[in-house]
Amino acid sequence: MNAPINTLGRLLRSPAGVAGLALLALLALAALSAPFLFPGDPLAIAGAPLTPPFTDPAFPLGTDRLGRNVLAGLFHGAQASLAVGLAAAAVSIIAGALVGTIAGFAGGLVDEALMRVVDAFQTVPGFLLALAFVSVAGASLPVVILAIALGAWTGPARLARAEVLSIRERDYVAAARVIGMHPAEIALREVLPNALPPVLALAAVIVGNAVLIESALSFLGLGDPNIVTWGSMIAEGRNVLRSAPFLSIVPGIGLVVTVLGVYLLAEGLSDALASRKARP
Amino acid sequence: MNRALRLLRRRLVSSIPVLLIVIVGSFFLLELAPGDAADAYLLSIGGGDPALVQALRQSYGLEGSTLSRLWLYLTSLVRLDLGWSVIFNRPISGLILERLPNTLWLMGSAVALSFTVGSALGIVAGSKPGSWRDRMLSTGSLALYAVPSFWLGLVLIVIFSVQLRWFPTAGIETIASGRQGLARARDIAWHLALPVAALGLIYLALFLRMMRTGMAEAWRQDYALAARARGLGHRRIAVFHIARNALLPLVTMLGLQAASMLGGSVVIESVFAIPGFGRLAQEAVAGRDAPLLTGIILVSAVLVILVNLAVDMAYALLDPRVGANEVTA
Repeated sequence: MNAPINTLGRLLRSPAGVAGLALLALLALAALSAPFLFPGDPLAIAGAPLTPPFTDPAFPLGTDRLGRNVLAGLFHGAQASLAVGLAAAAVSIIAGALVGTIAGFAGGLVDEALMRVVDAFQTVPGFLLALAFVSVAGASLPVVILAIALGAWTGPARLARAEVLSIRERDYVAAARVIGMHPAEIALREVLPNALPPVLALAAVIVGNAVLIESALSFLGLGDPNIVTWGSMIAEGRNVLRSAPFLSIVPGIGLVVTVLGVYLLAEGLSDALASRKARP
Repeated sequence: MNRALRLLRRRLVSSIPVLLIVIVGSFFLLELAPGDAADAYLLSIGGGDPALVQALRQSYGLEGSTLSRLWLYLTSLVRLDLGWSVIFNRPISGLILERLPNTLWLMGSAVALSFTVGSALGIVAGSKPGSWRDRMLSTGSLALYAVPSFWLGLVLIVIFSVQLRWFPTAGIETIASGRQGLARARDIAWHLALPVAALGLIYLALFLRMMRTGMAEAWRQDYALAARARGLGHRRIAVFHIARNALLPLVTMLGLQAASMLGGSVVIESVFAIPGFGRLAQEAVAGRDAPLLTGIILVSAVLVILVNLAVDMAYALLDPRVGANEVTA
């Protein structure tokens, strides 16, 4: 039971991990404080349009073409990005781990069929798939999350299957079989928990990608129109790119910081997991 | 060579079921869409009477059960007929063939840029893991990898098109310029510079990081020690022994990233208004053109399979350990 605590300790000793955690903590704080610091709808008109940044103390980062507060949008946008990133990663990992575990455990024809489906999903560009799915199902937050997961579950599925194939030959699985556990029970209670740690390391990368895909969908106007996202802010600012470039540039910096934080955390995590493996 | 051909044949055969899943899957996905091609067309002309709807459905082949339409679609695919685009009112295969070259130029140039510069900088970083040069390049590439490509494109436009006026903001070439031959090629290259940078820089960071990681691992191998024991210089070991072995995984990565790059070109082509394959996908979504979108998904799957085939072949020719009976990772 000490393993997770040790991994956390090693994570806190890696500079990349600490930097990533710090950035993400900052973003989480921004996302959680958004409703208190900027109550009301961030899409509502708050002041004069196109106020330049650093000129009006009421709007530290200025206002957009319609007079909406950029800073409020930035804080509320952090909510959308983090929520979509985490939810899409959770859905893809749960679905992928489930499919991978079933494929690895069942073997034979089931395995073959499931892996061909995985191949097919990996052959189609994930972004194109997301685009098609959103256009069919209509743009809303849950649909965007599912659309992103549609292109991201194959990585965890492959990884989980590989882990299962190596774990199922081990003694404790044989022991579970000997005491008469049902194969499904062995898969869920014995094999899946052991296959999970490397899948979780992949999770961070998926969160980063999900944030990027969500922003690209919103940028193309396929995000949920009722919530403010960094991608939609960039798209909105693009209309006045020549006269007010900050409107597009500022939300993009939010995206870079988020994704960088996630990747740094992933690097710290994989360092921590690698040193766990190095010491038996 | 024989070995490579056998591998090619096996890969071709195994890609048939995958393609079938893609076709049937995308067919059913777009079947779920509310409304069909006839509705989309009626919307564009402002409505019509039931007789017109009936006639349209008949001409688009929208009558009959889902399965019979799937069968119709599959049989026309065999004749390389992808169907009829509603919003463009022309055959889809011709439309895609017309748009594809622009995207292939964009992607090809982005791959060339990211692969050469990325692996070269990766060699610089990986020849001395832990040095200040390595730290700078590693951190820089991680930051670059976190940048959304469409935003990078906008930033490049602000700097190089709006402020410095060095590059055009949009399009693939100067319209109606009448340029031919080399002058036209130069014009296209001038238009593609910013989009290629926006798409390629992210992959440059990826290749840099992979090369660097591969080299850092290779230094710990026995052959690195053996080369040093033979008294070879550091730079020579780094380039001819370490980097050479770290390069192969990058070729695999190239195949793995083909799909993601094709997806990335959708947004980049939208930012720079390049009339390519990716922009076509966005137009298909905006115009609710389900047959066109199905065709685009299918063609992109074929492209990704072809790229991966080429990568596998290159791998088989480069690495003698890859046997015809062996499954490559």
